[in-house]
This record gives sequence, C-alpha cells and structure tokens, in this order.
Amino acid sequence: MPTVGHDRLRKEGPQKLTGTALYVDDIPVKGIWHGVTVRSSVAHAKIKGIRFLKGFPWRQAVVVTAKDIPGENCVHLIEDDQPLLADGITRHALEPVALIAHPDRATAYNALNFVEINYEPLPSVLDFEKSKKILKTFSIKKGDAKKAMKKAWKKVDTTFRVPHQEQAYIENNGMMAWFEPDGTLVLQGSLQCPYYIVKAMKPIFKLPEEKIRVIQAVTGGGFGGKEEYPNIISGHAALLAKKAKRPIKMIYDRHEDMSATTKRHPAVIKHKAGIDKKGRLVALDIDIVMDAGAYVTLSPVVLSRGILHASGPYECPNVNIHASIVQTNTPPNGAYRGFGAPQTLFAAELQWEKLADASKIDAVKLRERNLVKIGSELSTGQILKESVGLKKCVDTVLKRSRFTALRRDHDKWNKKKTSPTWRGVGFASVHHGSGFTGNGEVFLKSKASVTLTKSGRFVIETASSEIGQGSMSTLCQIVSDALGVPYEWVELEANDTSRVPDSGPTVASRTCMIVGGLLYRAAKQLKAAIEEKAKKIPTTPAVLKEVAKKLAGKKSVFRITTEYEKPADIEFDDTTYKGDAYGSYGYAAIAVDLEVDRTTYEIKLNKIWTAQDIGKAINPLIVEGQIIGGTTQALGWAVFEKPIYKNGVMQNAEFTNYIIPTALDTPPMDVVIIEEPYSRGPFGAKGVGEMPMDIPAPAVCAAIKQATGLFFPEIPVTPEMIAAGIARKG
Amino acid sequence: MQVKINNKNRSFNGTPFKRLIDVLREDFGLTGTKEGCSEGECGACTVLLDGKPVNSCLISICQVEGAAIETVESLGLPEKLHPLQESFLREGGAQCGICTPGMLMTAAAYLKAGGDPSPDAIREELAGNLCRCTGYQHIINSVAKALSENKK
Amino acid sequence: MKLLTARDEREALRLYKRYPEALPLAGGTDLMVGWNTGRLNGKTILDLSRLKDWARIRETPMGVWIGALATHTAIRVHPAVKSRFPLLAESSETIGGRQIQNQGTLGGNIANASPAGDTFPALAVYEAKIHTVSDAGRRVVPFSEIFAGVKQTTLQKGELIEGVELTTPSTEPCRQGFRKVGTRAAQAISKTVFAGLLWLNKDRTVDDIRLALGSVATSVRRLEHIETSLTGQKLDPKAITRALNLLSRDIHPIDDIRSTRDYRMLVSRNLITSFLNAR
Repeated sequence: MPTVGHDRLRKEGPQKLTGTALYVDDIPVKGIWHGVTVRSSVAHAKIKGIRFLKGFPWRQAVVVTAKDIPGENCVHLIEDDQPLLADGITRHALEPVALIAHPDRATAYNALNFVEINYEPLPSVLDFEKSKKILKTFSIKKGDAKKAMKKAWKKVDTTFRVPHQEQAYIENNGMMAWFEPDGTLVLQGSLQCPYYIVKAMKPIFKLPEEKIRVIQAVTGGGFGGKEEYPNIISGHAALLAKKAKRPIKMIYDRHEDMSATTKRHPAVIKHKAGIDKKGRLVALDIDIVMDAGAYVTLSPVVLSRGILHASGPYECPNVNIHASIVQTNTPPNGAYRGFGAPQTLFAAELQWEKLADASKIDAVKLRERNLVKIGSELSTGQILKESVGLKKCVDTVLKRSRFTALRRDHDKWNKKKTSPTWRGVGFASVHHGSGFTGNGEVFLKSKASVTLTKSGRFVIETASSEIGQGSMSTLCQIVSDALGVPYEWVELEANDTSRVPDSGPTVASRTCMIVGGLLYRAAKQLKAAIEEKAKKIPTTPAVLKEVAKKLAGKKSVFRITTEYEKPADIEFDDTTYKGDAYGSYGYAAIAVDLEVDRTTYEIKLNKIWTAQDIGKAINPLIVEGQIIGGTTQALGWAVFEKPIYKNGVMQNAEFTNYIIPTALDTPPMDVVIIEEPYSRGPFGAKGVGEMPMDIPAPAVCAAIKQATGLFFPEIPVTPEMIAAGIARKG
Repeated sequence: MQVKINNKNRSFNGTPFKRLIDVLREDFGLTGTKEGCSEGECGACTVLLDGKPVNSCLISICQVEGAAIETVESLGLPEKLHPLQESFLREGGAQCGICTPGMLMTAAAYLKAGGDPSPDAIREELAGNLCRCTGYQHIINSVAKALSENKK
Repeated sequence: MKLLTARDEREALRLYKRYPEALPLAGGTDLMVGWNTGRLNGKTILDLSRLKDWARIRETPMGVWIGALATHTAIRVHPAVKSRFPLLAESSETIGGRQIQNQGTLGGNIANASPAGDTFPALAVYEAKIHTVSDAGRRVVPFSEIFAGVKQTTLQKGELIEGVELTTPSTEPCRQGFRKVGTRAAQAISKTVFAGLLWLNKDRTVDDIRLALGSVATSVRRLEHIETSLTGQKLDPKAITRALNLLSRDIHPIDDIRSTRDYRMLVSRNLITSFLNAR
C-alpha cells in the first residue's frame, strides 16, 4: 500500500512520547565535566586582561582562553571573521572570551562570578540604521524602474521595519565533546547540520575530516537557531575536552541561549511601488538594509534570499532592488526559518494596503491582477515553467474565509458605538523558493544513500537531521514507496558523520525536496538492482534476506548512493543575479481574522485560514503541523516578539518577558494543502518548512488596519502602539 | 527522606535543598522530565505532585517529603503507549518532543479529572506549557481525542 | 545555602526568631526562580511546607479564612471564595499557568510584594485583613498597610503571614469587576490589573465604591481620590469625568520592559470607565 499522501505515524514518536528519547542533556556519560562560557559585557572594547579571582577553587577547574586554541582561532563559515574566543578585542557584548569546566554544573556556573575582564572601551555602533560598515550588497535590475515609476498611475513609498526574532526552541543549545584514544574528536549534541561542524572543527584543531565525528542527539527544535551556532559551542566544548582530557558537556541556560546566540536579522525596507490604471504593478524600487550583528555568519545568504523574494509573487516588468547588510556591535544574527524572506515579504505584502488606499481598489483585487502564473517572469528574469499553485491558494482562502463578506461584516460591526471591539480581517500571499538559493545546491554536492543490509533491512543514510519537522517519517515514506515496500521496512541510520554521507545542511526547506529527491533516485536504482536478482521486490522478509545476501556479496550491505545533479535547464548567474534563483517555489495565501479590544487595545487573533501549495504532501499530518507551527511563530513575531536591547545587551532574555504565544493566544487554523506537483521533486514535493513563517505578519497588519484604521509598517504591533495611534487620531 | 515516585517508594539522602527536577533526572535517572527555562514559564518540567501539575524546576525536594510524584515515565512505554500518548502519536501532538513530557503530564491530570473537551477549555488548561513547534492545534486535537475516548 | 525545616508553627516561629535573615519558603514559585539564577547562593531558607494547617481555607460566619499556604488553585475552586469573593477567585485563575496556580500560595504572593501581584487589587477592594504571627504574638494588618514599596512589606522581624481574613460586605455590592491586562492571553505578568466594587443607592447615587489597580505604582493600592470624588454622586458622565481627572493622583505608572506609562495610564482609565459604565 502506498504511504505517500497518507499520515504515517512519526517514526521517533513513541520514544519522544515516553521520555525515552535521549536529548543531549539526557545522555549519561561517566566522568563528564560541565563547561561554561565567560562572556564579555561590553559592545566594543579592547580586552586589557582577564583575572581569575580568589575565592573559587580554580585547581579543581580547567580554564581555556584563545591561546589554548591549537589551530586557527576562527568559526569557519562564509567568511572566517569570527573568533572562536575573543582575543584582545570584543566586538559585541556576550562574546565568548574564556571557557571554564568543572565536575559540578552549579560550581562551574558559580565560577563565572569569579572572573573579571578589564576593558578599554572603543566606539560602538548599536543601531544598524546608523551603521556605515557594509558587509555585502546585492542588486537586481529588470526593465527601467525609474522611468516606469514616473509614468505610473499611482505610486506609494513606505518604509517598513521588522525586528530581531528569537528562535525560542524549548531545548536550549547543548553539546558534548570528547577525544577518542586514537585522537578522533567526537561531538554529540543538539544540532541541524553535522557536516557544518566537521568543517568548522578542521582548522581549529588541525584535524583531517576523518578524525572528526559529529553525532546528532535528539534535538528539541532548531528553526535555524541550531544551523550554524552549534559550530561555536562545539569548538568550545572540544577545547575544554582537549585541555581537561575528559568528556565535556555544555548546556546553555535560557538566559544565555537567548542573549548570546543568533537571531533573525532585523531589517528596514524602503519600498516604492507603482501601478497603472488597470491596477497592474509596473514598477518596484526597493532598498533593503539588514543588520548582521558583529560578524558575517550566514548574513550574505540571508540577504540573498531576502532580495530574491522582495518583489513578492507578482509580475512586474520594471524592478530595481538594492540590498545591503551592515555590521553592528551586537551579537551576530543568523539563520531563522524563512531566512531573509519574511523580512522582505512583509514589505512586499503590506504595501498592497497602501496601493489600495491610493487607487481605491481593494488590496486583494489588486493582487489578483498581478499574481504569478506559469510563464510569468520573476525579478531575476526566471520564467516559471511549472507548479504554480498561487491562484488556487488565493481562491481557496478567499472562499473558505468568506473574505469579502467578512470584511463587510466587520465594517458594520466597527461602526457600531456599542461594539466592545474593532474587528478586522487581513490577507497576504507569498512565494518561497525551495532548496538552496541560486547555485547553492551545485556547490553543496549533497549525497544520500539507501542500503539493503544482509539481514534484509532497508536503511536510509543521510545527514539530514530530524529536528521535529518530521523528516524521518517523510524520508522513509518516500523511500518505501519508491521501493514498493511497507513503511515499517524502512529505517534511518543514526545521524552520525561516521555513518552517513554529507547530504548538505538541514535548512532552506530542502530536506524533503532535495534530499528526498536523492533518496528517491537511490531507492529506484536499488529497486532495479533487486528486481534484476529477484524479478520483483520480495514481499516477505525471508525472501528479501536471500536477495540481500546475493546483492551484498562479501560486503555487509548493498548501498546505492546518489549525488545532486543540477538540472541542465536551471541556470543562475551569481554575479548579475539573473536566472533561475530556485528550481521551484511554494506558494501560499492567508487570511487572518482578529479583533482589538476597545478598552485595552489588546489584539485577539480569532481565526486563520491558509492554503499552501507545496507540490505534494508526503505526510499531510506532518505538513499541516509545519504550517500551523510556522504560522504560530510568525503570529508571535507580528504581535508579541521583540528582543529589547540596551547597550547591545538583550534585556528580555527569558520567557517571562520575551513573549511567545501560548495555546490560548493561538487561534484555530483552517489549513488546506494545495498540490501542484513539481516534476523534479519526489512525488512532486516542494519545500514546506519556511513558507508559513513568511506570510502571517503582513496579514495581521492589514487586519489591524481594517479594525482600527491605523497602518503600522512595523512589527510587533502592540496594544501600546494601537493605544498611542488611537490617541493621536483623537 | 521518603518520596513516592511513579508509584514506588524512594528514599533520597542528598542535599535537602535540591530541585525536584534535578533529583528526578540525576538521582533517579528519570530524564523524561525536561528543563526549558528554569523559571516556571515554559512548563517543560511539569510533573504531577499529588496528582496536580507543577513545575519541577521551582520545587525543592524538601517541600515534597511524603508526597506522590508522577513523571512521564509513569504513563507508558514505547511498545505499550498510554492512551493519551497514543492519541498524541496519531494526532501529531509531538514534533521535536522536548515540550511533550510536560505537556502530557498537564494533559494527564486534565484527563483524569474528566476535563471539558472543548478546544477553548483545553487551550486554557495547557496555557502553562509552551510549545514552539506545533502551534498547539494538533496537541489540542490529541487531548480532545483522548478525552472523548476516555468517555466511551 | 542553609535550609531550616520547620515541622510545625511553633518551630517555624522559633527558627525565624533565631534566623531573622532567613527567607521563608512557601510554594516557592518566586523564590526558586532566584535559586535558579544563583541569587540565593549563601542565603538561609526557612521551609514552611510542613505547616499543613496553614493551607486551609474555611468559611466563617463573617466571610472566609484563607491560610497563607493555600494555593491559588485551592482558592479559585473553593465554593465560598467563588460565591462570596468572586474577584479573588477570578484573579487567582489569571496567575501563571495551572502549574503555578497549583504550587504558588496567597501568603507567599503577598510576602513577595510585587507591584504586579494579580490578586492584590481584589484583596484591596475586599479590605482583606492580613494575620501575622511571630514569636512575640499575633497581629492583624489591614491589606492597605501591608506593603512598604516594591518587593517590601511592613512585616516585622521574625513575623510570618499566617492567613488572610476576608469579611463579606454587610450589603452585597451591586457590581463587582475584575480585569487583568497582561503581556498575552495567559501565563502573563500584568501591565495593569483592576478590581472594583460598587454599591449604588436607589437614586443611582454612589453609596460606596472601592477601586484598586495593580502594576501602576510601587504597590497595589486603592484609588482614594477617585473613590472620594464619586461617593455620594450620581454616576453620570460628568461625575465620572471629574473623578477620572484625579487618576494621576492615585496611580503612578512607569515605562518598563513590559509596557509604557502612557498605555498603563490610558488603559487604567478605560478599565475604570467601563466598570463604572457597566460595560
């Protein structure tokens, strides 16, 4: 029986549900010591000295500073600008300066009270809008935006602002490190990208790749926050392990995790748009600035995804976009679900409200005149050849939400003086590129394998990490259907770099489509090999075992490995930003219904309708879970979440004051999955993980506009902002 | 001192001002209970104290002498799930799984009390358990399903 | 850290007399946060959890007695509290999540003296009496006199809160109102929190009125200027406006990490207005 398209039970579910799944802090290791991080307290300064004060039993502890690093003092990623431990200078508050390990966790933490760093302050830039240090720029040009804007019937010019966002996985960052007798460095912890860590450890420890082994522990959420940051905590734990000559465990507490690790990049987007009399978008002139924080990390790639999504899922013949990312003396920002796209799509979508005001044409109607379809040309000149379900998404949401009628009802309700609330419903539609940007997949050269063991088991070997998104089940379903065997026959090898090939990182909505695609091909080849020996796929384990023995010969397994191959007709030019930025795009539409209390200005989210075209839902329940979960994170960003900084230090670095939605804040959601298959995705699948994050915020702002008449080109929209806005209106 | 953990009498002889979560995890190897925030906001460390959900990161072992503690390990095993765990599995109530043990314990107390199966009531009951993956809807469905099957 | 365990009331008082610097541990939902951040290192803790008598709630001829160690859950579900002091039951339900309600205690909440204590406006309008006990004897402190400032009480050395006495008003109020405005729908710290009781005469003049707000001053207190202004007046828009103009004498909100002065002022005003207008 085919499994694709059906809700198969989560492979790792029973372990997670019984408390038997082992997260990094649950794994018992004898003789392990606990590591903690000494961090700087100022935004930019020369470090004159580090003093380890009396009163702490330093003899029981191990201390590591930059001089203990055997190789290069850098966190290897895109640019090697970030030191693993600050050496002589700190470029942001909470920068790691030294490391301490002690047999007892509480004592290790207490040691931090006995370290004093002396600084010589240097001038710091904390507000990115004032920063002149540009780290990277991109431009997209199509047609003549300047000329077209001049000729446009109506034009609008709005500046949009979006803040940092904390990933707020419930499991904090954590890592264990030890050295095997043969010198192999082993790291085990909470992470998304095991091979990133292998590559990052190489220059630090001057070790060849085969002497570095990374194992993923069960991981309690990532959302990008465990994409590149684990490189740092791995390096730290390993340095301590080397010096202490014993295993080390570093588990951040919530305060440290929130204040010191990466966040979504804040952005300011100056967005000009022009339409003609028919309501067609004729010109876009967009300037994007993002805040990288103190180091480059993944910022150029975030910026790239940002600019590539900046024009929204609409046709526009004349586009001019400039994007830059600047440096500040704040903790570095990094990967977070959506990766630049939620920032630019917020502007692209909310601008329709302004265009509607200017043209007196409804914002949804305006969008409908501009939606991309098959044959449309995007801002990079990419022609959409297939799998464009945008209109279906839009129609589905409008119909299921009774959008037009609901809006009318709300207008009536809002006019009544006795109504206790103001009501509003807002709409947005987006696209999201699946997989790595541009030529990213070509550079990654990802590999994945399907094996048949001599004992007759099918085992998937991939470095794609299960982080809650359901990749284990999804990949097993793809492989079991490609092979034509029961779901229960397929399992996953442990995510351990000594056992699985580099399948690229678990990011960018790529696991199902890209890695799933590799595995699909591998499974099909394996099936062919089996059929060669046995005519057809065996239906009993006993027969399968016989075939497996024949295929494996002298080896213990028969393995098929596939590697990413760029489709010949997909071309992207990294220098001109022209061409096919992504092989395919997902599409989504949303309606957000809310009300604002007239007494307290509190926002109550009442209902969400969303339809998302993801090509094919391999496991609809898991897909729905991704959509509802991502939507909830985005709703949090829209109405609650904002890290507050003072002197470059996050002030609300705990769950008491960094507010994420509870069950009671989250509205019921009506989710429809649209399936416009992508010919190169496994069973037609495209990406799903990030798109739900892109779309709710502008719809929330549009709904608040209908409710209160107030237009906020920034988030989060708080009761305080609404109260002030109402007071201004009088 | 004596304390009943998952229906077994246990004695604890360590420092009397140790957090319940640490006693469970370090002294009794019950690592199903998770620590998310150390300040009673996220509910990942929820266990039952005499049948009522509490945050085990905010309780010192000295406060629970003679009491009955239940953790996620008291519910079911991977091969023999408790009906509540079964409905979480079928309805997609667990994703990354880190909030799941705490969520299950709050829900277990609600299930035992024969709580109101309406989504709004369940949302209110679970508001002390943060989840960042699911957006809660599948968790609400899981609890509602367990409640309805309980009634059958 | 030093732990003192009291088996009964007498031992608790004796220990507290000997170690007046000790921090009494009731439910621990606040104290333990300090433990987790290392703020309690080197401190002495007086564990009161064995004083089971202090967790009782009982109906009295005059009202309700709530032991200091009664949990918010016990309070919110208690039939006598629900029927006679509904604002206290309602406010207890808005504290934290179920876990905090099951462990946190009313006595601990009061002793903690947060300016944002969710039950405090209700206790203020019900004119709760705080019963204290020490080695030297017992005292009754009116709720209005229990707080000395942010996180400060007027409790004396060696003195513990034993319980809270609530007296049913001689005539039933014709209106009771509670509303908490927090940082989100649940599990939130209040930005402003309101409780009010109103008695109207037949001619719609105000016989008596009690209003209180939290999170808008160093401690929760009654709105004396507004109450005085309205007492004896007909509850018309003019009288309400006149009274509300005195709001800035009664509350002194500030900008902080959770909200702004302006918002707290405006919303406090709106909460009172909607209570007075029965909306």
